[in-house]
Amino acid sequence: MLTLLFGLMLIPFSMGQGYDIGDEAMNFRLKNVDGSHVSLSDYQDEKGVIVIFTCNHCPYAQAWEERIIQIDRQFDPKGYPVVAIQPNDPELVPQDNFKNMKKRAREKNYSFPYLLDETQDVYRTFGATRTPHVFVLDNQSGDFIVRYIGTIDDNYKDADKVEKRYLASAVNALLNGNKPDPAKTKAVGCSIKDKNK
Amino acid sequence: MKKLLILTSLLFSVHTGIIAQQIPVYDSFEAYRFHLEKNNDTTYVINFWATYCAPCIKEMPVFRKLEKNYADEPLQIILTSLDFKGDVKERVRTFMKRHKIRSRVVVLDDPDSNSWIDKVSANWSGALPATLIYNKHSRQLYEKTFTYPELKNIIESKMRKP
Repeated sequence: MLTLLFGLMLIPFSMGQGYDIGDEAMNFRLKNVDGSHVSLSDYQDEKGVIVIFTCNHCPYAQAWEERIIQIDRQFDPKGYPVVAIQPNDPELVPQDNFKNMKKRAREKNYSFPYLLDETQDVYRTFGATRTPHVFVLDNQSGDFIVRYIGTIDDNYKDADKVEKRYLASAVNALLNGNKPDPAKTKAVGCSIKDKNK
Repeated sequence: MKKLLILTSLLFSVHTGIIAQQIPVYDSFEAYRFHLEKNNDTTYVINFWATYCAPCIKEMPVFRKLEKNYADEPLQIILTSLDFKGDVKERVRTFMKRHKIRSRVVVLDDPDSNSWIDKVSANWSGALPATLIYNKHSRQLYEKTFTYPELKNIIESKMRKP
């Protein structure tokens, strides 16, 4: 009985935590700004995927936007393309609705998919808490394993003053067959807007 | 003369209230850190926010109410702005005036946030808003937007329980 009770108490915690390093990411299928649908399983031929939860309205997401575009330019040819996912509920943040996402992607000429997490299940499954929030997945014979969780670099304010490029270092480590170090970083960001929170 | 100056400036700040409040801007976490490490009989409510953060703005009346209702209690609120765009001091000052904020406001402008988020709390992912509530007996980080009853309950339990 006691074990059962403890078991029940643990469930909400383990479910709410999201992915940790070494976890296998579940497949997802989300609507892209070009009208198509994109799944993780579409990337079977790549070495991995750089999943970035980001959005239109957040000043931190805006500050890092150019650097996200650069990351895709740098690593897509090497087998690690960016997949951007907008996790906010557009009813709470109209700036992040699908129409405005399309507009933003067009204006900034995004070279990567910009997907809407309509049911908000994907961000919850990943355990993303803010925008931007990065997850680097490594393709291991079709299984996408989480290898890096965190931020892009050490300066949201000024790209010219960046000293530590955490995300680029993590992907370069994977390209060289090494494990990212650090595998986890943090940054200040906008909370993900969800009516159920 | 110096004493007189201090006295006049004190009187001035008392009379003009919020408008005269100095807003310290810390460009490194190490310089800011002492706000999180006070060891006395006061309970500290450290809110991390920004003028462009909608849920933070929504939460401001909660802190204003707390400030008013606990004016005679050993409680101090420190609103820590993480604003980083444009003239931060002016932006924060205008915001405070508009929202009639009387709590202490400081600006933490250290963009290498990975280096200091865990020093605030290992339980903080970095998402705004977040509030650290601490006194010499306990310390907890809440990554959420408070309602007044929620915050009041926590404050009551922290202040009463040794």
